[in-house]
Amino acid sequence: MGLSQRSLVYLLIFLVVVAGTAGYFTKVNPVLGKVRLGLDLQGGMEVVIDAVDTPDHPVTAEDMTKLTKVINNRINGLGVTEPTIYQSGSKRLIVQLPGVKDYEQALDVIGRTAFLEFYDQENFVKLQNNDPTAKPVLTGDDLKKADAVIRSTGENAVTLDFKPEGAKKFAAATTANVGKPIYILLDKQVIQAPNVEEAITSGQAQISPYQTYGEAQNIAVMLNAGAIPVKISVGRPTVVSAALGRDSLAKSKTAGLIGAAAVVAFMVLFYLGSGAVASFALALYAGLTLLTLVAMHATLTLHGIAGFILSVGMAVDANIITYERIKDELRLGRTLRSAIDTGYNNAMRTIVDSNVTTLIAGAVLFFYGTGTIRGFAVTLCIGVLMSMFTAVVLSRFLIRNMVNAGLIKTPRWFFGAWGGSTHA
Amino acid sequence: MLNLRKLSYMKAKWVFIGISLVITLAGLISMGVRGLNYGLDFQSGTRIDISFGHQMNTADIRNALVGIGHGDAKVQVVGTDKHEVIIVTRSLSTEDRRTMQAGLEAKLGKFDVLAMDDVGPEFSKELVNTTLLAVAVASIGMLIYMTIRFEYRFATAGIIALLHDALILTGVFSLIGKEINIPFVAALLTMLGYSINDTIVVYDRIRENLKKCKKGEGLEELVDRSIGEVIWRSIGTSLTTLLAIAAVYVFGGPTTKDFALALLIGITSGTYSSIFIASPIWVLWRNADERKKLQAKTAAKGKAATPTATAGKPSAGGGKKASAKSAKAAKSTAK
Repeated sequence: MGLSQRSLVYLLIFLVVVAGTAGYFTKVNPVLGKVRLGLDLQGGMEVVIDAVDTPDHPVTAEDMTKLTKVINNRINGLGVTEPTIYQSGSKRLIVQLPGVKDYEQALDVIGRTAFLEFYDQENFVKLQNNDPTAKPVLTGDDLKKADAVIRSTGENAVTLDFKPEGAKKFAAATTANVGKPIYILLDKQVIQAPNVEEAITSGQAQISPYQTYGEAQNIAVMLNAGAIPVKISVGRPTVVSAALGRDSLAKSKTAGLIGAAAVVAFMVLFYLGSGAVASFALALYAGLTLLTLVAMHATLTLHGIAGFILSVGMAVDANIITYERIKDELRLGRTLRSAIDTGYNNAMRTIVDSNVTTLIAGAVLFFYGTGTIRGFAVTLCIGVLMSMFTAVVLSRFLIRNMVNAGLIKTPRWFFGAWGGSTHA
Repeated sequence: MLNLRKLSYMKAKWVFIGISLVITLAGLISMGVRGLNYGLDFQSGTRIDISFGHQMNTADIRNALVGIGHGDAKVQVVGTDKHEVIIVTRSLSTEDRRTMQAGLEAKLGKFDVLAMDDVGPEFSKELVNTTLLAVAVASIGMLIYMTIRFEYRFATAGIIALLHDALILTGVFSLIGKEINIPFVAALLTMLGYSINDTIVVYDRIRENLKKCKKGEGLEELVDRSIGEVIWRSIGTSLTTLLAIAAVYVFGGPTTKDFALALLIGITSGTYSSIFIASPIWVLWRNADERKKLQAKTAAKGKAATPTATAGKPSAGGGKKASAKSAKAAKSTAK
C-alpha cells in the first residue's frame, strides 16, 4: 500500500471514529443532558454558613463535621433533590439547594441558629428577669448525643449521652435539683423542662414519656443540632429563580452557537481549506471539552459558558499561529510538505508558551474564586489545554495525511480571500 | 490595498503612544473624579431582581421605596419589555428584606422574585481582600513568567503594556459607569493573560529576527518587519476571540453582558498594546541604551562625544512620511 493510500485509510478511520463517538454521545448516551448545571442556570439558592470562634472555643475540624451533619439533617426536610454541602476553608460551609422553590423557608430552616443550654430553676428565673448572672448548668458542648428510643415499657423516650465533663456537671445539677425541673433551651427558647426524679451520675439520662415516637425524634434532632458547640452565622444568600436560570441557559446556548458560527465563517474566509480543517478541529475541541467537563463532574455556570465560548475564539489561535507559520515557510519557497512540517514545529513552541499565562490566570481564579467564577476558571483552563491538543495534534494529523493522500496539492489551499497576498 | 505586512509601524509610534496616553488619562481622571461603580461584591448590599409581568417605570418604584423607608435604594428597570426591576439597597437582614418586599407588594402589586443576592459588610470586605490577593498572585505569576522568558527590557516593556491594558479597561469602565465586580476582575485577569500571549508572540518574532538580522537593517525596520510578520496572526486571533465574545455580549443575556464587554475592551486593548505599545517602548529603550553605550565608547576613546544620527536616533516626528527615507538611512547601525 502506497503512502497516499495509507494516508487515505488513516483519514477514513479517523472520520469513522469521530462520527461514531459523536453519534454515541449524542444519540445513545446523550452527554449534554449530563452536564451539571450551576445554580445560576437551573435556579436555586446558595448560602454560606460560617462557624464563629468564641473566646473559649475556637472552631475545630470536628465541629465542622458535626455542623455539616446538622445542616444536612435540616435541609433533608426541604425536599430538594440534590442538595450539596461542601466545606470551603476551615470554618465555612457552602450549601447549595438547586431547584428549591420556597427559598424563604429554606433560609429560615438553615439559619435557625441552635444554641443548646440547660438551666436549673434558680438560674432560669434569673434569665427570665434578665439578670446577667444567669448561668446555664450545661451547654450543648457537654452533650455527646441524643437519641430517640422506645423503652421496654413501650414508652417513647430520648436518651442523653453526656461527655465526661458534661456528666460531672449534670450529676452536680441533678443532685442539687431533685424534684425540680431542668430547663432545656434552644436559642433561649424552652423546648422542654423535665423534672429531675433522682440524681443522675452515670452521664446518661432519659427524658420520657412522649406522646409519639416522632415527637421524641424531633426533640433528639433539636438537641443534636444544639450539640454544635459553635455559633453559626448564615449569610450571603444568592437566589436565582428557575425561570431566570432557564432563560440564561437558552441565551447562552444561542450565544455559543452564533459565536462558533462566526468563528467558523471567519476561518473559512481567511484560510479556505485549512480554515475548514481548523473548524473541524474546533468542533472536535468543543466536543472533547464538554466530555472532559462531564467526566470531571464539573459544574457548568453562566460565566463558565462564557469562558467556554471565549476559549472557542482563543482555540483557533493555535491554528492561526500555525497557518501563518506555514505561509511564512511557503513564502520562503519551501515545498508544501516541508513547509507544513517546519511550520508546525516552529509554531509548537509559541503555542505552548503563549498559553502558559492564560493558565496562570485560570489557576489563580480557580483557587481564589467561588461559584460562578470558579466555573469560568475551569472551562477556561480545560479549554486552553484541549485547544492545544486539537490544534497541534489533531489538525496536524489531518493536514499531513491530507497532503500525503493528495487531497491538498497547492499552497493556495492555505491562503484565504484576504489572508495576505499569495506571494510575498 | 493596504499591505499590513509592509507598514512602518515604528514611524508612528508617538501617535500610538499618544492615543493610549489620552485614553489612559481620561480613564484616570474619571477614576479620580467619578470614581468606580463598585458592585455588590465589593460594596455590600442587597439586590433583588423582580418581575411584575407588566411594564414598570422607575418613578413609581422609587416613590414606593421612599414610602417604605428605602429612599436610598438604587432602582433600575431592565429588559426590552420593561417588566423587570432591579433594586439595590444597603445590606438587609432576612427580616428587613421580607418587610421591604411586603411593602413593595402592598404598593405596587404582586411580583416574582427572579434573583436575590445579599452581601453583608464582612463578606464584601473578605471578597475585596481575596480579590486583591488573587490579582496580586496572578500579576506576580505573570511577572515572574515574563522575567524568566525575556531579558529585562522585553519583560519591563511588556509589563508596562500590561499596566496600560489594566488602566484602560478600568478607566473605560469608570467612564461608562459600569460595575466593578468579581466577574470584572475575572475578565481583567483573563485579558491580562491574553495580552501577554500576544506580546510574547510579537517579542518572540523580534528576538528571532534579531538573531538573523538582515544586513543594513535598522532596529525600527527590524521591529516593523517582525510586526508585519505576525500582524495577521494577531488580527486573526483577536478577531475570532472578539467574534465569540461579541456573541456573548449581544445574545448572552444581562448577567454576562458587562463581563463580555470587559473582555471585548480588554482583548482589543491587549492586542493593540502588544503591537503599538510594547514594541515601541522596547525600541525606544534599546535605542537609548545603545546611544549611551556609544557615548561611553566614544568618550573612552578620548574623542569628543559626537552623538550623531548613526546612534539610531528615534524619529520624534509622529509618523511623518517625509522623514521615512532619511530615517532609514540614519538608523543603519542600530542593532
